[in-house]
Amino acid sequence: METQFAGILTAILGAPIVGAMIILLLDEKARDQVRWIAAFATGISLALGLLVFFTYNIDDGQDAASLHNDANLYVRESGTLRPALVEEVNGELVRITDENGLPLDRADLTELTERPSFNNVEIVYSGPIKFQFVDRIPWIGELGISYQLGVDGLTAAMVMLTGLASFAGVLISWSIEERPREFFAFFLLLTAGVYGVFLATDIFLMFFFYELAIFPMYLLIAGWGWVELREYASMKLTLYILIGSVIALVGVLVLYFAAGSFFRDNPELIPATSSGAYSFDFNHLYQAAQLGAYDQAGYLSSLGIDGLTIARFWFPFVFIGFGVLAGLFPFHNWSPDGHVAAPTAVSMIHAGVLMKLGAYAALRFGVQLMPDGARTHLPWIIFLALVNVVMGAFIAFRQRDFKYVIGFSSVSHMGLVSMGFATMNVTGMTGAGLQMFSHGVMTALFFSCVGMVYDRAHTRDLPSLGGFIKKMPIVGVAFILGGFVSMGMPGLSGFVAEFPILIGVWKGIPAEVLDKATTPLTGELANYYAYVVMTAVLGIILTAAYVLRVTAQVFFGEFDAEKYPEVEQRPLLIQDRVALLLLSFWLIIVGVQPQILTNLIENAVIPVADLLKYS
Amino acid sequence: MDINWLDANYLPWLIPVPPLFSFLLIILVLGRYKILSAVVATSSVFLSFLMAWPLFFKAALFTEDFGFRDGVYRVFGSHITWMDLGYQQFKMGVTVDPLTTTLLFMVPLAMLMIFIYSIGYMRAYPENDPHQIRFSRFFAYLSLFAGAMLTLVVADNLLLLFMGWEVMGLCSYLLIGFLFEKKSAYQAAVKAFMTTRIADVFFLVGIGYLFAETGSLSYRDILYNEAVLERLGNSDLTGFLGLSAAAIIGTLIVIGTIGKAAQFPLHVWLPDAMEGPTPVSAMIHAAAMVSAGVYLVIRFFPLLEAGGNPHHAEYTLPLIVMGVLGSVTALGGGFLGIAQNDIKRVLAYSTISQLGFMVAALGIGAYVAAAFHLITHAFFKALLFMCSGAVIHAMEHGEHHLHEMGHDDAIPHRVQPGEATPYGTDYIGPHGEAPNDLEWQPTVPAGIDLSFVAVPNDMRLMGGLFNRIPVTALTMLAGSLSLAGFPILSAGFWSKDEILADALLFITEPSAFEGHGAPWLHILVFFSLFFAAMMTAFYTTRMWIMTFAGTPRSEIAKYATLKHEHHHHEHEHDHHHDAHAVVPHDAHEHEAEEENRFSWERFKAWWSVYSNSALMQGPLVVLAFFAIFAGFVGMHPNFPILNILTGGNGASGGTNYFYNLVSDTLIHLPPKPPFATEGSIKIPLPLLSSLTAFFVGAGLGYMVYGVPIEAGEKDRSEAFFGSQLWTAMQNRLYIDTFYLRTFYVPFEWFARKISYQAIDKETIDEFLHTVADTMVSIGEALKMLNRVVIDGVGDGIPSLIASAGRYFRNIQSGSIQQYLLFSSGILLLIVVGFLLIV
Repeated sequence: METQFAGILTAILGAPIVGAMIILLLDEKARDQVRWIAAFATGISLALGLLVFFTYNIDDGQDAASLHNDANLYVRESGTLRPALVEEVNGELVRITDENGLPLDRADLTELTERPSFNNVEIVYSGPIKFQFVDRIPWIGELGISYQLGVDGLTAAMVMLTGLASFAGVLISWSIEERPREFFAFFLLLTAGVYGVFLATDIFLMFFFYELAIFPMYLLIAGWGWVELREYASMKLTLYILIGSVIALVGVLVLYFAAGSFFRDNPELIPATSSGAYSFDFNHLYQAAQLGAYDQAGYLSSLGIDGLTIARFWFPFVFIGFGVLAGLFPFHNWSPDGHVAAPTAVSMIHAGVLMKLGAYAALRFGVQLMPDGARTHLPWIIFLALVNVVMGAFIAFRQRDFKYVIGFSSVSHMGLVSMGFATMNVTGMTGAGLQMFSHGVMTALFFSCVGMVYDRAHTRDLPSLGGFIKKMPIVGVAFILGGFVSMGMPGLSGFVAEFPILIGVWKGIPAEVLDKATTPLTGELANYYAYVVMTAVLGIILTAAYVLRVTAQVFFGEFDAEKYPEVEQRPLLIQDRVALLLLSFWLIIVGVQPQILTNLIENAVIPVADLLKYS
Repeated sequence: MDINWLDANYLPWLIPVPPLFSFLLIILVLGRYKILSAVVATSSVFLSFLMAWPLFFKAALFTEDFGFRDGVYRVFGSHITWMDLGYQQFKMGVTVDPLTTTLLFMVPLAMLMIFIYSIGYMRAYPENDPHQIRFSRFFAYLSLFAGAMLTLVVADNLLLLFMGWEVMGLCSYLLIGFLFEKKSAYQAAVKAFMTTRIADVFFLVGIGYLFAETGSLSYRDILYNEAVLERLGNSDLTGFLGLSAAAIIGTLIVIGTIGKAAQFPLHVWLPDAMEGPTPVSAMIHAAAMVSAGVYLVIRFFPLLEAGGNPHHAEYTLPLIVMGVLGSVTALGGGFLGIAQNDIKRVLAYSTISQLGFMVAALGIGAYVAAAFHLITHAFFKALLFMCSGAVIHAMEHGEHHLHEMGHDDAIPHRVQPGEATPYGTDYIGPHGEAPNDLEWQPTVPAGIDLSFVAVPNDMRLMGGLFNRIPVTALTMLAGSLSLAGFPILSAGFWSKDEILADALLFITEPSAFEGHGAPWLHILVFFSLFFAAMMTAFYTTRMWIMTFAGTPRSEIAKYATLKHEHHHHEHEHDHHHDAHAVVPHDAHEHEAEEENRFSWERFKAWWSVYSNSALMQGPLVVLAFFAIFAGFVGMHPNFPILNILTGGNGASGGTNYFYNLVSDTLIHLPPKPPFATEGSIKIPLPLLSSLTAFFVGAGLGYMVYGVPIEAGEKDRSEAFFGSQLWTAMQNRLYIDTFYLRTFYVPFEWFARKISYQAIDKETIDEFLHTVADTMVSIGEALKMLNRVVIDGVGDGIPSLIASAGRYFRNIQSGSIQQYLLFSSGILLLIVVGFLLIV
């Protein structure tokens, strides 16, 4: 395995860690220095994240497993794989030959994006995801563990989102007076953990950062959270996420061993970039998935169940294990409590980024490593997502606590992400990616607004609030903007996210995927996707209802100056304004010109869609 | 891309830009400068107007080279890629086709008038009024509204249209709730937004389905592509109730219109929307929002009729929905309009009813007539709303005047009921704070009293305003006649006549229906609209007479005026003081000399008194012109005598300019309804029916209200309808209450009891807590086990050893005898044991 080092991703990851270390070395009284260092550290990461986002090479990252993109090509005949070759003729036609140069029958293609079907042989492709800005240093060679960072289109967007949320979070937390040194140190560690998960392309490293993200979260909520709920909520949150991740970890380890034994038996198939048969490199496992390593019964054969493969058995565990963090029903209950109990900045990271982390991991380790499992199970998981969307909105509608409304709205919106994945077509999955970004920014904006109101009013009880837009116009406008994003107002990012998801569900599972799916239930459930749309729109209507209700209750009506004297005594800091502006800006810009984001997300999603169709 | 912005293909992009830019400018920069904001906003609309009208005239004067002719689609337009979605793309673009041009004629003109009027309207409020405090913001919102509407008009695809559509919804929310301190205002805003939102979501699903089915949302790809229409109209495509894809998509689109254009059963938001400042009402009900709703169905008519043909009585589902609901709305709106005492609410119901005319007309395929009525209605309804705003302002002025004079007792005191509306927000917990306990419940009002009328809006308190505000009275007369369908000299007459003519096709051209089904929808629509037109004439007469005729019925009406009065000379209680004779004091003495000479001082003095009046009433005159004369462009070619005006010979051969222009939007030309019945005796039945409707309705109105009612007199129609029905009519037939009980209450209950309490708390969390408790118990048990068994063993052995050691320590006493005793004892034991074992 060769060493590669672009450095920029390591810098993104390193900045918060270094920042945290410096902060811990400072004197406890150096409060302002602590704040500035935290802002500086997250600011560097944000700036580099933006650099990565805007310099990401879209053409280079195209569908790794397409014909024209130097993928490895094999033919599978009666269960064994042997290499095949592609020849271009006249620059357009493509001919596939076996290793002796003899053309396979019906091998003339005109469309490069489509794949040929052959009468008696199956064509199998394998190729790595072309991560960019790669940093790779071998670490524990015997186990195949290495320090590996890289981004694809989706993670480039997610890294930028993390930068936005963490930088805004630091700015919002400027007025924290209770042990700011520890607070910001933990906050930076949390940020580093989140970055690590998005950036790591080695599964071992990724799990390391996954856990790194959870523990500061626990401490931040338990230490700085809302007094009445913080012990319960932090415990609940940590246990939920840990249990989910442990289950997922077991699943991923199974894949690691399955891939290892597969490559041990077929050493000629080991990818050139891998150090050996066993490797934690994501691309190693990914190519094993493409070659069908997990579509065997393996150790499960002892159970004697027909058609039970590793992928089919472990997919739900891995997907839902990570799905817990994405708030998938019925494992969503940690999230509203956690959001409410957490201090503002942590809620922002928590709902804004951490839930995306779950969705991202579910996509990457669930769908991308076990396409056949996804084909089998996603059609029923969409109904869980549907419950998320509708029930989350219903509950948000009846909440009386300002922050719980937003908490349950996150549950509802994250359901749309899972729903987008479950469409298994490019449109829906692109929408899911957009929704991850849009919801991340939007909910960060929401929580900062809630925080600013709560800091001054000292209550989140909706009926006792009112008229705040008069005294805090900027917060009011920002909240209303977020509200319109969340209800999918065109021209804002929420619409460009939700609309493709709806279209994706309308389109349903692509025919090629259904052809590949071997369980009859998949096809059966696919017929109900149209009803899923019709029910999901109920969630969208309810979203409008609760957003308008909350807006009216908190921001409209008469303001009681005697009850809330602090509102006038404590004007917004310049930092608060910058944070609100920064977040609002992205909501609008993505809504007006979604192309800046769709290009990247598509880049990551098309390989997944292809994988579902062809592997 | 090589762009020449003066090219007619790119010019449409620029039309919505000035108002949108003005919105940003006012919001970000000009917030503090009131007049500057107003001027910027107005000029931005004027710019749009300047760009839009040339396009209209280019299209209207050269109809031969424009629109869909001989299989060629000639329009102005261009597009860009907006969002890639895998192998598909959303394209954004603009287009100007014949239908668009008619809106490009009407919308900027009406908006310009509304903007000018708004300056006067907003300025007329006293200094510390919210209207004055948020003066700039008002113009920012109006600009955004205008920009969104123009975007919607020039859009060449459903997605851009939907964007304009939703942004308008947002603006209407912000503008209806403009006085957000008032509960009724923000509740009305929420109600308007929510009601239209429900419809919009269905619309959105329709858009999604359309895109999933065709891979495009562009008009050109869908509406001008017969292959696509045929495929969508083919009922084999879906398995859902035997409906075709076009029927499902079409119905979803129609639902969007039902919400936006306030059709039954989603009309409830519109009367409440009157909470917004009056220019907003004009904007919402005339130039923009509701017009957009009707525009949508007109635009998508080819899709709505795909798979059927209304001219052969083959009605598709969307057409049936439109025909039936439009008829119900036209009738119901007219019926409720009779009983309203709030001048704006009368107009609100008349809007609902007139939109019903258009929707029903489209249901029977009267494409051109619906478009025509859309345009004429926009003119006269904008006029009427702005007139009503002037009336209300005059009344508020009277109220203010009485207050200044200390005659507060002459002002009726009314308090709006504070009960929550169906969408209300009154949650009252049992113990005040206590967030998130499961006990608290929202208060749901048992019913809502909707008969409340604000004092300045109350027609019962008006009367005799003709002498106080004559320009408003006359322009409102023009608008009212147009609404009622006064023959010849009103735009409304011509468009309504055309709708009725289309509906009467089943009599005047029965050959078209022969061999097909019964033209039941035509019959239904005709009779509904006929009676609705009659009611329209009736309540319009009532409204105008109650407002302007007779003598003032309250002190307020006596002092109503639009002039800006300086209080120092207004304390004389001069009942005779004439509206025309007030000249500022300092000008009095030199009046004679300076009468014929213009001086800046004189102008300033005049301006300080009359500016608001001029700014408000000037636009009324312009719109009145269109309300009277705009209808001639749609005259029937065979209209006797008058067709000379359009190039005919007095009996036939005239030109229907509007038809010629708009019909080119469609692939298949819409039918031209004949002027008279077939056969030997040619009866001009359509004309007769519209004349009958007007004269019967207006005549009845004059008979009942011709002698103006006295102050405190019961409404004369109440005796006819009976007081119970009358109360019900004033409460909007309790439809709002019905919605509250049937939808809101159960939904709320479900959210609270089922979703949150039963599922989330009592099942999931309870399960979790049970697991946690079990874990704790297991832990406890293990702890016990640990202590008793493991600790028992682990600690027991050492302690045993220790105690044994302690015990054996005693042995080592140092005494020989004792040692000997022990040794012999143990030896004895060994021997005995040995013996026993062996």
